[in-house]
Amino acid sequence: MSESEAELDRFREEVKQWFEKNTPPPPDFILPDSFMEVGTDAQFHYLRDWQQKVYQAGYLGMSWPAEYGGGGKPLMHQNIVDAEMARLKVPFMINTIGLNWAGPLILHSGTEEQKQAYIKKILSAEEIWCQGFSEPDHGSDLGNAQTRAVKDGDEYIINGSKIWTSLGDYAAHMILLARTDPDAKSKHAGLSFFLSPMRSPGIETRPIKKLTGEYGFCQTFFNDARIPADCLIGKEGEGWQVAMTTLAFERGAVGGQAGGQSSIAIEVAEVVELARHVQREGTPAIEDPLVRDQLVQFLMEERSLRLNFARIRVPALTSERPMSIPMSGKLMASEFRRRLCRFAVSLQGSNANLYMGDDDVIDRGRWQRSYFNAFSATIGGGTSQIQKNILGERVLGLPKD
Amino acid sequence: MAKKLTIEFSEEQAMMLDTATAFCSEKSPVAKVRALLETDAGFDAEIWSEIAGLGWQGLAIPEEFGGSGLGLAELVPIIEPMGRHLMASPLVPTTLAAQALITAGTAEQKQRWLPLISAGSAIGTLGLNESHGDWDLTNLICEASIADGQIILTGEKYFVADAAVADFILVSVRLDGNPALVLLDRAAIEQGSLTREVIIDETRRCYRFDLTGISVAASCLLDVEKTMASLDLITRASWLLLSAEIAGGIAGVMDVMIEYLTTRKQFGRYIGAYQALKHPMAEILCQYEYSRSQLYYAASIFDTDKEAEIALRMSKAQGSDTFAHAGDRAIQFHGGFGFTYECDAQLYLRRANWCQYQYGDAHHHRRKLADLLL
Ligand SMILES: Cc1cc2nc3c(=O)[nH]c(=O)nc-3n(C[C@H](O)[C@H](O)[C@H](O)COP(=O)(O)OP(=O)(O)OC[C@H]3O[C@@H](n4cnc5c(N)ncnc54)[C@H](O)[C@@H]3O)c2cc1C
Repeated sequence: MSESEAELDRFREEVKQWFEKNTPPPPDFILPDSFMEVGTDAQFHYLRDWQQKVYQAGYLGMSWPAEYGGGGKPLMHQNIVDAEMARLKVPFMINTIGLNWAGPLILHSGTEEQKQAYIKKILSAEEIWCQGFSEPDHGSDLGNAQTRAVKDGDEYIINGSKIWTSLGDYAAHMILLARTDPDAKSKHAGLSFFLSPMRSPGIETRPIKKLTGEYGFCQTFFNDARIPADCLIGKEGEGWQVAMTTLAFERGAVGGQAGGQSSIAIEVAEVVELARHVQREGTPAIEDPLVRDQLVQFLMEERSLRLNFARIRVPALTSERPMSIPMSGKLMASEFRRRLCRFAVSLQGSNANLYMGDDDVIDRGRWQRSYFNAFSATIGGGTSQIQKNILGERVLGLPKD
Repeated sequence: MAKKLTIEFSEEQAMMLDTATAFCSEKSPVAKVRALLETDAGFDAEIWSEIAGLGWQGLAIPEEFGGSGLGLAELVPIIEPMGRHLMASPLVPTTLAAQALITAGTAEQKQRWLPLISAGSAIGTLGLNESHGDWDLTNLICEASIADGQIILTGEKYFVADAAVADFILVSVRLDGNPALVLLDRAAIEQGSLTREVIIDETRRCYRFDLTGISVAASCLLDVEKTMASLDLITRASWLLLSAEIAGGIAGVMDVMIEYLTTRKQFGRYIGAYQALKHPMAEILCQYEYSRSQLYYAASIFDTDKEAEIALRMSKAQGSDTFAHAGDRAIQFHGGFGFTYECDAQLYLRRANWCQYQYGDAHHHRRKLADLLL
């Protein structure tokens, strides 16, 4: 039976109080913008402890099955928690890859053993997950991935390299796309999907410095790394379909995620504040008509994004192209964030040229850094250009290019 | 983060949307739209009576006057598919005129006209625009004075929709320095006072209405105290219904574009395979989704509170820009054929232009929003 509005309101209030009481104070170091930018041990421990605390309070994986460590509750509860976390701007959940794509994938397609082994530790952040899809020579053309997996008794031997591995340095496991049959009829048919350990002989990671000057992802090397054969998820040769299911979870195109934000929320209201404090010709920038027009456009767009998600709940208003909003969400939200941060930099006049680390940089340089970091989502998870291909072909029915 | 945003859409509205979508696509194929361009009235009287059979004219009229007593937002799922299929009818002007009477009409005016409108037997319209092209409905040059129980009018109204077939026209004038509305029925509309305008959207009919020389009984005045409220409601209702027409129009022009992109070949491939066309199409789709979300949110809160003004202006601004852009790209994506009168893209580009410049373009609304939000 569904709960009454009053019960849900009570729950929301309880959640709000818990987060107000338990959210840790901001650390003295600068936190990453998203799970793709965790670059220091201090950041890692702070965020991992936080996720653990949220899980222990029962506020993560609330709608996942109780037998694997979830809450076994209606999804509505997690939605309420997510909304409160976003509203109160609590730190994001570090184990995003586990919570929002590997986890749902395992629940959807994994064996009983895999569910028992992984789900609870994903929720508690005891085991961090990373994703091994992209390779140095194959990114957008993911189906062409060449990392090899060769079956040898009850093991697979892995050789090759994955790159841009977010959280690779901290992860216990990787969702790995590798080629088991180089002679298959099609490039897709030769792929298989593994839940691979990361701390295994023959697997090495090397950190990569990002455009912001910080660390945050790495390259992963496989040199005759042996992983148990039961790491396979789905059948051999079904790796492409499993990868597509994973990407649908990742882009939020289908539901089943554990919940929690994966990045710091940036609101237009903060940029409006910035515009009040910086000067143009001796007056606050917010009095400049062109600045005002830009701010209104951002406010409209911010609302449009939220209203799209409100409209998804009304099937009669999405029935013609039901996948249009879910499949465009990542594209629109990531491009919006990039443009907003870029605009925030532009508001600073000549101070736009100061950077993180300078004593006088505005807001500790967060806008410059967030602008640079915003590309993580316009590139990661499939670039915006690839997203537009997908929308054109799968939603509008245009021919493949 | 701001308050919760929810879109309310009832089972009944969903059914209405289905009914209206089926009706408009069946009754308004593009050949029919084009045939109507050549006619004087611009719409099909038979369809107008079928619409009456569906009860659309009376939807937002109180039950005591023979209507269904629903809110204006209920018309959104009707106007949207009408916009998609470019279906012509005096439904919007008649609805707006009825709303003006509901808010500011005298008991006698309501009694006389509202039941007729509900039954589909009367067409009403509004004369609010003037020569200056200002969207501010209180910027009035037309004047009225009262002498011996008669109202004497001077000036010219512009863009009076469907005036030639209207049973009555409500015109705005300045009376004692304040805006006032006057109801003119057929008998009061002098021969030769209406001149058909040449307008960009050929699916509509608009007239210039010369008021000078018209004089009617003072009982034709609407309640002066309620005129401002009435103009405010007409304005908001126009934003809402134009936004609905726009959302439908974007869907319609996208249909035209997708059809061409999936059938026209160049260099041995369907042109829709080229990213130079595919990506802008995807962008238009995303902006269309925004427009529709803004529209149905504005409809959800139309009757509620001051937030409605923000939602309505956002909806009008978002939709206007998207429709204009989609119409513009529709021409380009048809190549040489796009430059012809025969290509349907022009019907939508003209419609987009019309909708953009009625009741405030995107820039105008954003300027107002800046004052409301910043
Ligand atoms: C911060 C960050 C974190 C990441 N984390 C991970 C991770 O954890 N795991 C992982 O596996 N990957 C990760 N990625 C990798 C990401 O998924 C790839 O970078 C992305 O898919 C693009 O691949 P690429 O880098 O090889 O670029 P390329 O595919 O070489 O693209 C270069 C340019 O060409 C464009 N392009 C390519 N193909 C087409 C086409 N068909 N049509 C039009 N334009 C095209 C692209 O849009 C891009 O602009 C991450 C990336 C970033 C930036």
